[in-house]
Parts: sequence; structure tokens; C-alpha cells
Amino acid sequence: MKRPTLPEITLPAPLRSKPVKIVGLAILVLFLYALPILDLPIITTPDSDFGGVLYTMATYVLIALGLNIVIGYAGLLDLGYVGFYAIGAYTTAVLGVQHGHWPFLATIPVAVAVTMLSGVILGAPTLRVRGDYLAIVTLGFGEIIRLAAKNSDWLGGARGIQNVPKPPSVHLFDVPHLRWENGTVLIDVSNKTQAFVFGFIDYVPYYWLALTVIFIVLIADVLIKSSRVGRAWEATREDEDAAEVMGVPTFRYKLLAFAMGAFVGGLAGSISAAGANFIYPDSYQIQVSVIFVAAVVIGGQGNRWGVMLGAALVVYLPERFRGLEEYRILMFGVALMLLATFRPQGLLPPRNARRARKLERDLEELEVGDEVQEVTS
Amino acid sequence: MTTDQPTGEVMLEVDHVTLRFGGVTALDDVSFAIHEGEILGLIGPNGAGKTTCFNVMTGVYRPTMGDVRFRGQGLSRMKRFEITRIGIARTFQNIRLFKTMTALDNVMVGGDTHSSVGLLNALFRTPRQRHEEAETRRRALELLDFVGIGRRGDELAANLSYGDQRRLEIARALATNPKLLCLDEPAAGFNPAEKERLMELIRKVRDQGYTVLLIEHDMRLVMGVTDRIVVLEFGRKIAEGSPTEVRDNPAVIAAYLGVDEEDAS
Repeated sequence: MKRPTLPEITLPAPLRSKPVKIVGLAILVLFLYALPILDLPIITTPDSDFGGVLYTMATYVLIALGLNIVIGYAGLLDLGYVGFYAIGAYTTAVLGVQHGHWPFLATIPVAVAVTMLSGVILGAPTLRVRGDYLAIVTLGFGEIIRLAAKNSDWLGGARGIQNVPKPPSVHLFDVPHLRWENGTVLIDVSNKTQAFVFGFIDYVPYYWLALTVIFIVLIADVLIKSSRVGRAWEATREDEDAAEVMGVPTFRYKLLAFAMGAFVGGLAGSISAAGANFIYPDSYQIQVSVIFVAAVVIGGQGNRWGVMLGAALVVYLPERFRGLEEYRILMFGVALMLLATFRPQGLLPPRNARRARKLERDLEELEVGDEVQEVTS
Repeated sequence: MTTDQPTGEVMLEVDHVTLRFGGVTALDDVSFAIHEGEILGLIGPNGAGKTTCFNVMTGVYRPTMGDVRFRGQGLSRMKRFEITRIGIARTFQNIRLFKTMTALDNVMVGGDTHSSVGLLNALFRTPRQRHEEAETRRRALELLDFVGIGRRGDELAANLSYGDQRRLEIARALATNPKLLCLDEPAAGFNPAEKERLMELIRKVRDQGYTVLLIEHDMRLVMGVTDRIVVLEFGRKIAEGSPTEVRDNPAVIAAYLGVDEEDAS
């Protein structure tokens, strides 16, 4: 049976030239920064604070970028990614308030270092097992981190840690939001975002911070992926034995992917802790890991733009349709099933996978054509 | 039995290698040597242990007894990627390319073996990284051209024709810059015309200064291209010598050719 497929998404020819791309990208970046200020109708979530939703989306996008290195590039199914996220958050909280008074920015390098180290400690013994076994071991890791935090008074126990330090505030100027009323746009002077004050109510500055971090990680991702490191990851994913025989130390590269993934996960955890103000172990449950993996798979593992889109949607859709109450989870499930049926490789699969599938379809059509010819002749 | 004395120095030495899987003896006290600059054929009926022997030489299996030495260096404690790095490359009988990567990238993975720049260099695009990247790319393109698929570099490995995939395997192995190239049934599934072209390619590879070990089923191909032949049967070496000697060897005829010829006539 032929599987129905959605049309391939490709940019039209005039949009593919380099200057057009750069200008387009610049506009997109500006638009993303301005998004919470614009308060566009339809897009803006009606039932929850849009700045807060955007901020959560941004942390998930960051996580998806990190997890994509592990799952998408190196092909290692990590079901315990929330563990790294938790370690990043807890390091910041422990240094900032529980056992020290470090400023937020100073906790970040330590947080990512600790997370990377934990990635290496987890990876060194477990990356020798493959496939499903790795998934099980990592699943266990995620739970161990949560339970360790829950049962350790030193880490705040089940109540967690309050008053996580916030990023340093610098009040430079106020940005008024827009208000849309019956087709007219008004500048809402009563609703201003203080740039850049990291407070308790307005999440827009946090969103800007997370967005900036995303861009930095994204650039690093592009640079690494297009080097021999990226090639080695891809080769390892495609055929580990063949890669090894071609001189790729696959274990080292898998460990590197784990460490890089952990780095980004810890960074995201650290940033999310600052925004959340207080953290507690049960917010790092296994379901969160599942959502992370869902974001990567829905978007199209291996394609950085795909996984970012996937992460954004996974957070946005349930918030946008909060009005549907519990039905929204049902709708989300239905959407996942439809996606798995019609586009199993994700919304935006990597270019190469797309090409391979296109060839497969072309061949199928050719074969069908032959059959028709045979019948008619 | 007399053998042609090969001219070059010993490059790789299989020294009394025995390999057992549980109760099965896959290789039984096998010894032979590959000399610098020759094309050595390794033949034998199905299940004779050719590929197993190959896997021992490239570090996939560890010998139960005996050792494989490359230029005097024992291989049994080395990791597979290290064996590649000291100069032994191989292709796979059942093609194992990196399917979702382009042909060029496949070859570049092999070429990266000799690149030393790491993550930080890549992250900051240092001059050294740019230089090595360009060099690896240039060499990969050259190799694609050398094996005759220069125009296919941009295509995905999975999208290449069967013959081109076999050629790509050879290019990828050559990219690791080996001293010894081991080809595991590179002509499997080829028609006579394709086999002829492949023989030319193998000779061309040797003329470039590589030493070649060829595992092959097709007797004509082996006879036509190799300098010396080692014959395995049931995991034991039963003959070694020049193609003519091996062809006339009664043990070989009984084990291999005899049966074949009777079937054919």
C-alpha cells in the first residue's frame, strides 16, 4: 500500500539566493525578538501570558537543539535528557541560594561543566550498549537524578529550592506593547516591558535572554555539524562498524555527542531555573523527557530547524488551546498520531532524508508506470 | 610445492592464526604473508573462512591463537580504528556505505582519519581547520574521480547504482590513505563487462603503489588480476602460489575447481 504523504517543504527558487536569504533571516530574527511586544491576534495565547509561553517555548527549543545532537546527529536514543536539564537547574540553585550566594551568570559555567561531566560519567559505561538498551539506561538516569534530589535534604528535598538567583537587571528603556482592536493597532502605554529587568511578572526579558542563547547555540551547532565532527557523528549513526573501520573512533564521538547534548541541556536547565524562581524535583519527571523526545521526533530528528519547530509547537499548541481544557491533550494525541501516519520522519526531516525518500517515491512511480505499460502492451 | 618468490618486503603477516567460535573452528592454523606492492588473492569455496580471515586481519575478530602483524606490529591488541590508521583499509562484501550521506561525504569520512583538528578548531573555524577541510575535500573528489564516479559526488550513497556503490566503497577505503587495501568480493553481483572494468581499477590501484588483498569468488577475475593466490578450505590453507601453480594444484582442483568444472561440463 502506498502511504499518503504531505507535500515536501522547499523554499521557492527566488528565495534561495544568498542575499535574499540573509535579509530574510534578519527579518525573521527581528520578528522573533519583537513577537511578545506585537501581541498579534490569533497567534497570541488568549488564556495564558504570552511572554511566559514564549519563554517556555524558547527553553524547549534550546533543549531540542541539544537533544538533536544526541538523537538526530549521533543516533543515540536518550530518554533521560531531563536529568541534564535538572542538573543544570539544580547547580544554579545550589550555588546561587542553597549553599552560596553566587550571582546567576557565575553559576552558568559551573552548571554546564557539571552537566557535561555527568554526561561523560553516564556515557562512558553506557555508550557501549546500543539502541534499546541505551534508551533503558538513560531512562533510569533521568529518574535517578530526580529521586536523588527528592531524597536529599542538602538539595532541598521534595520541597525544592526557592529564590533561585535571577539574571542581572539593567533597566535601559521601556518597550510598550501593541494592542489590536477591531483591526486597528494601538500602542498600549499602560502595558510596558522594562528592558532588561528580570522580575517576577513579566517574562519577556527572559524570553529575549533565552532567544539570544538559542542563536549562539545554533551558530555553534552549524559550525560543528559541518565539520569532520558532524561527519563522524553521521557515519556512526548510519553504520557504527563501518565507521569504525573507516578510522572513526566511534565511542569517543558518541561520548562527545553526549557531552555536547548535556552542555546544552544544562544551559537550558539553568536558564529555566532562573525564570521559574523556585525548582522542585517533581518538575523533572520522566514525562518531561518524553515531551523533549517528542519535540525532536515531531520536528524531524537530524534537522535543526525541524526540531526547533517541533519544540515550539509542543509547548505552544497546548497553551494556545488551553480554552479546550483537558480536550487539548486529546487533540495533541490525535495530532501526534496523524503525524506518525502521514509524516513519520517528522515535519521537517533533514535534507538528505528528504532526498532519499523522494528517490524512493520516484522509483515507486517508475515501477507503477512499468506495470501499466505491461498491462497496456 | 614451489612458490614464486615475491619480490617486495613482507607487509602483513598472518602467523599461525586459529579462530574458534565455541566448538566451531573457523580458521585453523592459517599462515601466509602479503608482500609490498603485490595483489594477493584469497580464494576458497563458500564457507572456507575467507571473510573470517579478513575480519581477523582488520580487527573485527581477535584470533584465538596466533597473531597478525603489520610491518612487524601485532594487531591483536589494537582497536579497529587504530588498525585503519596504521594503514589497513577494507571494503565490505555486503555494501556498507553511509546511506544518507552524499558520496563525497562518505569519502571524506575516510579522509578524516588523517585529520587532527577537533571540536574547538571547528567551532572557531581556525585557518588550520579550513585548510584541512579543503584538503580532505579535494582529495575525496580526486578519489571519486579515480574510481570513476567523479560526477556523482553530490548524490546520496543510497541513490547510486549498485556498481557505483561498490566503487564508492573502494574510494572511501582509499581515502584512509592505506598501505594495504583489502577488497572483500568487490565484484559480487557484477556482470562480465563490469568485472572487466573492476579488474582494470584494481590494477590501477596497485599501480598507484597500494598493496591489494583480494577476496574473490570468481576464478577468472582472480586468475587475471592477482600476482599470488592463497587458497582456503574449511578454515585451513591448502595451497599458496602463482595463479598457474594454484590452478594446477591437485588439492585445489579437488576442493574447488574440480567440483566447479564438473558442474560446468
